[in-house]
Amino acid sequence: MTLLWIALLPLLGVLVPAFGAGLRRRECSLATAALPALALLLMLAEIPALLDGETLRFAVDWIPSLGLELAFRLDGLSVLFNLLILGIGLLIVLYAHYYLAPEEPYGRFYAYLILFMASMVGIVMADNLLLLWLFWELTSLSSFLLIGFWSHRSDARKGARMALAVTGAGGLALLAGFLLIGDIVGSYDMDTVLASGETILADPRYPLTLALVLLGAFAKSAQFPFQFWLPHAMAAPTPVSAYLHSATMVKAGIFLMARLHPALAGSELWTLTVSLIGMTTMVYGAWFALMKTDLKGILAFSTVSHLGLITVLLGIGSPMAVLAALFHIINHATFKAALFMGSGIIDHEAGTRELSRLGGLRRAMPLTAVLTTIAGAAMAGVPLFNGFLSKEMLFAETLHTPILGGLSWLMPVLATAGGVLSVAYSLRLVHAVFFKAPKQAPPKTPHEPPRLMSAPMALLAALCVLVGLFPSALAGGLLDLATRAVLLAPLEFHLAIWHGVNLPLAMSAVALVAGVTLYALHAHLRRFLRGFKPVDARLIFEASMQRLALRAERLLGRLDNASLQRYVGLLLLASLAFVALGLGRMPSLAGDVPQQPVDGVLLTGAALLIFSGLATVVTHRYRLISLLMLSMVGLLVSLTFARFSAPDLALTQLSVEVVTIILLMLALFFLPQKTPRESSLPRSLRDAALAGALGMAIASLNYAVLTRDNASISDFFLDNSVSGGGGHNVVNVILVDFRGFDTLGEITVLAIAGLAIFKLLNRLRLFMPHSDTEGRLWCPDRYPMILTTISQALLPLALLVSAFIFLRGHNLPGGGFIAGLITAVALILLLIARGVEWAQARLDFPYQPVAITGVGLATLTGLGSWLFGHPFLTSSFGHFHLPLIGDFELATAMIFDLGVYLAVVGATLMILANLGKVTTPHRPVKDDAPSTTSSGKEKR
Amino acid sequence: MESLYAITTGVLSACGLYLILRGRTFPVVVGLTLLSYAVNLFLFSMGGLTTDGATIIDGKTTYADPLPQALVLTAIVIGFAMTAFAVILAMRARGDMGNDHVDGGRGRDEREENRR
Repeated sequence: MTLLWIALLPLLGVLVPAFGAGLRRRECSLATAALPALALLLMLAEIPALLDGETLRFAVDWIPSLGLELAFRLDGLSVLFNLLILGIGLLIVLYAHYYLAPEEPYGRFYAYLILFMASMVGIVMADNLLLLWLFWELTSLSSFLLIGFWSHRSDARKGARMALAVTGAGGLALLAGFLLIGDIVGSYDMDTVLASGETILADPRYPLTLALVLLGAFAKSAQFPFQFWLPHAMAAPTPVSAYLHSATMVKAGIFLMARLHPALAGSELWTLTVSLIGMTTMVYGAWFALMKTDLKGILAFSTVSHLGLITVLLGIGSPMAVLAALFHIINHATFKAALFMGSGIIDHEAGTRELSRLGGLRRAMPLTAVLTTIAGAAMAGVPLFNGFLSKEMLFAETLHTPILGGLSWLMPVLATAGGVLSVAYSLRLVHAVFFKAPKQAPPKTPHEPPRLMSAPMALLAALCVLVGLFPSALAGGLLDLATRAVLLAPLEFHLAIWHGVNLPLAMSAVALVAGVTLYALHAHLRRFLRGFKPVDARLIFEASMQRLALRAERLLGRLDNASLQRYVGLLLLASLAFVALGLGRMPSLAGDVPQQPVDGVLLTGAALLIFSGLATVVTHRYRLISLLMLSMVGLLVSLTFARFSAPDLALTQLSVEVVTIILLMLALFFLPQKTPRESSLPRSLRDAALAGALGMAIASLNYAVLTRDNASISDFFLDNSVSGGGGHNVVNVILVDFRGFDTLGEITVLAIAGLAIFKLLNRLRLFMPHSDTEGRLWCPDRYPMILTTISQALLPLALLVSAFIFLRGHNLPGGGFIAGLITAVALILLLIARGVEWAQARLDFPYQPVAITGVGLATLTGLGSWLFGHPFLTSSFGHFHLPLIGDFELATAMIFDLGVYLAVVGATLMILANLGKVTTPHRPVKDDAPSTTSSGKEKR
Repeated sequence: MESLYAITTGVLSACGLYLILRGRTFPVVVGLTLLSYAVNLFLFSMGGLTTDGATIIDGKTTYADPLPQALVLTAIVIGFAMTAFAVILAMRARGDMGNDHVDGGRGRDEREENRR
């Protein structure tokens, strides 16, 4: 459980600054630091258990079907990384407190920073590959936010985007690699994976798996050829660079290689790929670090170089090499974080990071000068500093582990070259900033920063010296734990400063002497190199990105020409193909059930239906006539339902028909009355052929179903309707009881449609014609006397009928839907007859709440059954006896049905009455100048 | 009777689909409505065509299949909501874009004015 808290506390910590933005900065910084500090303490408290050789675990199932567990582990490797992540993270919070300008949104900054910290902690503690990947992606996202924190700057945005693109793409490769591992091993559990090294190595998919995983790790850790994103990520605020690019994010790739060492390393492929790539990166980064003139640029490339160094060691993979790699991870984090902080302080106090504008700062900033010199010496690998120790171990390992056969001498030579360059750029960094005479004055007069701002740097610099002097005492225990976690076995080792005069020492000496010489000569070198054209990785990257986007757009443009007709056509064609395929496979279309006889009424009905359907199409250019034909179809459909024993459907269809046609007529008022002849004849024929073919397919399908025996599940409903649902009308019982959840969803959709229409009609301005297409003016008598009288008289009658239909619905044809529609129709008739204003004066209530109340009532009925310990929407009913009236039945389903009723009334009126209202404000009246042109002029 | 029913459904669907393929909003809405009638008839027939069947439980023996009826009942109401939404959307599109072409009619405004 403690493990969960260690991982969870930083995540919760994200909320503190996010909500604490109102606090003053001091409080905000303190509050931000509190939860990570607590997590750090919790972790330290677990260390004794680890010393006993245990690995602590915590696991809960998350998505078992995917093999995803919320599983955390704490072993030596996690402890080492957690110390860096949380420890340096806390120092960074302190540093950032002073670094950020007062007006900058520090709450947001801290929130991003802690989010990043939490995801890093998640990576190093994850005990499940998928979980690890999840946190891995989270670091990519949060680092994107951090790098782009100064989003007003173009370089920050571009740098952030580049980092996200590279590490994100690497993350996808990593996921593929993890899935392959999971497939090979059969589990994503970390222990199982780590124990299955031999299985993985023996699998034919091993090279692919390795390539994918390394792709992810290299992209994250800025290894060649992905090194280009890291220098551009320096557009981030310096605390971010100090944190992400010294201790954490770029170490995630290193961590991954260390974590999966037992599972993936040990093959020649691993050794060659990893160590060669690492070596290339190391020398490449060191060279460019020497060439850069921007402080942070130098540090960025030196980071690339040192990451290469660690990668080489992991590639070599011998126990001592792993030890050296882990040791260098600690050392690099300490001195590089200190140097970044130093560069931030210089930038902050002197106003520039350009080497050419800096110089002689040791007088103005003596403390910073001392601290930077210490950290720089550690970076260069000067004896008595921590960097020296791990660098010596690298030299020793490259000497002792021949991996290139006859070319094995290349590794120590390249390592020494890297060492030479590293001495040269470290010296340059320190000398040019603090000791060389300045060429020009910096923009600001430099002075020492606030004492607490240097404190984190001082602490880290002190660690550089102390670890350098007493390696076994300070780092020995931690390294012992960590190597045990990586090698899965304890390792005997002794860290010492003095190993006697040997070859690695000679290599160090060469590196120091040659490095100093190189720095002395480097001005000449730079002059010589100025002849070459510099390559800006960002320009290349941006250009390729834009080319990619352009190509994608062109491809998309070819697929998607924004024509609905084309999409629908293709969709129909595809469905026709599928249906035809299915029909073709059937042995015979007709089944074995004999057809029922046809009588005259049926024949007439079918003929009328077909005729009216065709007439709708033929007259479709004359929209009003087409609409009239459509209403005929609707009425005949209603009769069809009645004919085939579905009274409920017939009633519903009838009332919906009325509402639909009124709606379409109203809409037609605002739309052109005629459709222009646009389609060419071939096109019309093509559409007709497509529609006809699909119609035939549908008819065949329908015929095939109708002539086959259909065993239905309806017997259950018929058997249980009275006993279980308390109603004799099975259709209604299905709606409000058996399948009540469906109905609830459906009335919700209805209400949402009503609301959407309400919004669509909001502030809609449409032109209204004065006359019809023939130029005839509208009837001057707006509210015909007969209609008003009848509709008013009809209203109470209709309401009574609807109440009756509603009440009997459970046992006889009727119910909430039909009753709601009848009420709506009666009200709409009144609206048509008397106008919206008249009705509004008398029926002054908004319709939205009615619909929402309906849905709410139905939902509450469902929830109510929870109170009695039943599942959602369980209904109950009972028979009661009232004197005089007699026996009657009450069912909770009736309340549900009332909800349906209200929702239908509300939604229908919301749609129609709101549409009607559109007409009222500027409806043309008789006095308006009559338009005599054949088409009403548009007034909008 | 079954074949007659199937043919009717097929013809109605074909009519609806043809209208859906038109280029102006109103015929498309009419086509959608027509198609939803056809689909409702189709779904309704999945329970078989029962003449004089009972839907109310009162001890009779031949019942019409209630399940398709319940499904179609909700489908009718949903169909109405969909038609309403589509037609109001068409109105809004005309109000905002000045024409009633289904694709928003880039550059077709003039043609509409001339032809109407």
